[in-house]
Amino acid sequence: MSTMNDYILTMEGIFKAFPGVQALDNVDFGLKKGEIHCLVGENGAGKSTLIKVLTGVERPDAGQIILDGVEIHPRSPQHSQTLGISTVYQEINLCTNLSVAENVLIGREPRKFGRIDWSAMNVQAANLLKRLLDIDIDVTQPLDMYTVAIQQMVAIARALDIASTKILILDEPTSSLDANETQQLFKVMRKLRAEGVGIIFITHFMSQVYEISDRITVLRNGKLVGAFETASLPRVELIAKMIGRSLDELDDMSSIKLESSKHIKAEAVLDAQKVGRAGSIKPFDLQLRAGEVVGLAGLLGSGRTETARVLFGVDKPDTGHIEFDGATITDHGPLGSIKRGVALCPEDRKAEGIVDDLTVRENIVLAIQANKGWFSHVGIQEQYEIANRYIEMLNIATPTADQPVKNLSGGNQQKVILARWLATHPQVLILDEPTRGIDVGTKAEIQKLVLELADEGMACLFISSELEEVLRTSHRIAVLREREKVAEFSGEVDEHVIMHTIAGSEL
Amino acid sequence: MKQLADRTLRWRSITESRLFFPTVAFLLVLLFDFLFIPGFFTIENRDGNLYGSLIDILRNGSTVSLLAIGMTLVIATGGVDLSVGAVMAIAASVAGILMNPSALRNEVFFVTDPTYTFQPLWVVIGAALLVALICGLWNGVLVAYMKIQPMVATLVLMTAGRGIAQLITNGLRVQITYRPFAYIGQGWFILPFSLYIVAFVLLVTWLLTRKTAIGMFIESVGINFRSSYFSGIQESKVKLMAYTFCGFCAGIAGLVACSNVKTSDANNTGLFIELDAILAVVIGGTSMSGGRFSLLASVIGALVMQAVTQSMYAIGVQSYALPAVKSVVVIIVILLFSEQVRGLFLGIGAKKKEV
Repeated sequence: MSTMNDYILTMEGIFKAFPGVQALDNVDFGLKKGEIHCLVGENGAGKSTLIKVLTGVERPDAGQIILDGVEIHPRSPQHSQTLGISTVYQEINLCTNLSVAENVLIGREPRKFGRIDWSAMNVQAANLLKRLLDIDIDVTQPLDMYTVAIQQMVAIARALDIASTKILILDEPTSSLDANETQQLFKVMRKLRAEGVGIIFITHFMSQVYEISDRITVLRNGKLVGAFETASLPRVELIAKMIGRSLDELDDMSSIKLESSKHIKAEAVLDAQKVGRAGSIKPFDLQLRAGEVVGLAGLLGSGRTETARVLFGVDKPDTGHIEFDGATITDHGPLGSIKRGVALCPEDRKAEGIVDDLTVRENIVLAIQANKGWFSHVGIQEQYEIANRYIEMLNIATPTADQPVKNLSGGNQQKVILARWLATHPQVLILDEPTRGIDVGTKAEIQKLVLELADEGMACLFISSELEEVLRTSHRIAVLREREKVAEFSGEVDEHVIMHTIAGSEL
Repeated sequence: MKQLADRTLRWRSITESRLFFPTVAFLLVLLFDFLFIPGFFTIENRDGNLYGSLIDILRNGSTVSLLAIGMTLVIATGGVDLSVGAVMAIAASVAGILMNPSALRNEVFFVTDPTYTFQPLWVVIGAALLVALICGLWNGVLVAYMKIQPMVATLVLMTAGRGIAQLITNGLRVQITYRPFAYIGQGWFILPFSLYIVAFVLLVTWLLTRKTAIGMFIESVGINFRSSYFSGIQESKVKLMAYTFCGFCAGIAGLVACSNVKTSDANNTGLFIELDAILAVVIGGTSMSGGRFSLLASVIGALVMQAVTQSMYAIGVQSYALPAVKSVVVIIVILLFSEQVRGLFLGIGAKKKEV
């Protein structure tokens, strides 16, 4: 057993609330010297808030942080860096048009007679990269000459060199790396671990968690689930802890679902055959039938959203083809999809869903109007009728239809987007995380609505990171893992089997 | 209590209207004129036509007003069109050369016959507007389909446009004497004829944007082009339309401007006017990052710009010093519109909204 002295960092009883949400609720976290510690959890679990508290981006409401036996109060990222906590973010914040050496030493350039000593700088940077990370590259070249992996490492080198680093935080560094580049990064991480640096590693790829980490801390809904030795925690159990479902709990299929499953048509409305897109989703087959809800299960980053985007045509597939009502689609793209009767509620509500300055009414009629074109204007009277109908039907809490949609709460914004698509009377409805960030009551409302819509003859694709929800609403479930569709289940679905499939482990 | 609440509500709906701040700015400038310039508000009635400083503001502001109408749509999509001044010069050159082609023969002969024109009026106007439309289309293609940043894309025509105008007129200034054409900028029918043009263009544009879906699409694209794309709005087409229309408006402004001075001058027609037009739109409350717009507010914004110019002349500021004085006034006006100052205004009559 380890003693307290092994711990380089302990965070105890951390609380942090944002308006309307308790982001961190009494979370403890401990990091040992010379260990690689994975921080895992689904979206909204509190991973990034915990990191922000540690790096001084956010102040905790309560709790203490002890680094090397001393209590610290990080005020800003700069401050935490001087304390010995370095962070490398997912998006590399370096200047890609400057040389590698400049990037490594920017702000701390060696000077001679008040001017930058370029040759000393290049030597220093090259030595640094060699010594710290064991990589040998031409540091006079601009950074964008190199792969993302190398850029990532330059960022690490820079972070390590600024202060004597005790803790290195890697926030999803591998999300844009390929297999070789990831191995390169892992090599560096192992080297640093051997030197006694404590590394906090955030990733969505389970295989990487098991390849590199010593211990795992799981968060869910802002609460600590626990910290575990990687070697003694089977994959499937980890998944169960992340999504908050224990294996023996089995979901009872609701009667409405059984009832509606009788009306499922045999032939597919939307039929994807070997559809794929390089760097996004590997070729997959998927049939959506009228009256049926198909669930997409898988972890974040497994290709759920990418599947939805390709099916809706926001991203054009580069292999395979999609048939709609038996005819091959040639005009991919949102407008073509809307005209065919395919709708997508996108995952990123703020960036891809709402148009925040427009009113609720305008947001609801947007897709209908886009379908009708510029000149066949939906009359103002009709717009109010449509808007009010869906405000009532979906229980959208807004004073009037003329309220700018940005003034609504997240759940109500989500309903507005749902209304926008329902108003187009689609045959195929793709819902990407329709219940994210929504309170429990509304969640249940939306799940019920999806089943009702299917019962009326709509083909639905339901995407969610909550397996429980997928199980409850879907007649058929497709499972994605690491950007590939790996399995499809229909009829009586055993949750156990799905969890193992998501995790990619043997039963 | 209820009465107070009603008053508060009414005050809020007035101050939150897009027309409120440009109108206040306009009235402030007029107040200044009232206090310091005697006779500024005198309006004479000569043979049924009205004359006076106020009328001059409206008349001289008509070119910027026309530009501001087109510019509003472009800015609402999140772009900007720097080439409107150059497009004015091109349209003016086309019109000039079609009425008086002597420059092409490299002869400087002054036409004095007010009934002479090389081509009939409808050809003159039609060709000038068509060329302006093509200029706008060019900008639109660069921005919407080549994905060039609007400022860079329209800078191309801003610099090249005057060269093109010079080519059309063979590098000479073209005298315009044809009387029917002169009516565009100088005619009077109770009010100056150019005012009717502005009113007509404003009305048509308003109908075009608000009685079709175009206005909503423009705002939607300007606010969030990704959400718009996901909803099936074709961003490229919307932008192409906005720039093309802006070019068309610049063409009309070019005709008014050259008709007013009886000369088609490739070097000076609409010089630096694009900045006035952009400022007019900003004063009208449309954000430079795109989104909600009001055409009428932009036109009032244009009148604010013109009123400032006119007032400065009236109190004896020399024309060479005008830009400096004008910029000071513009800074004051823009500050007036900043969120902070707006907050002060909204605070009057209404306590901070309880949340």
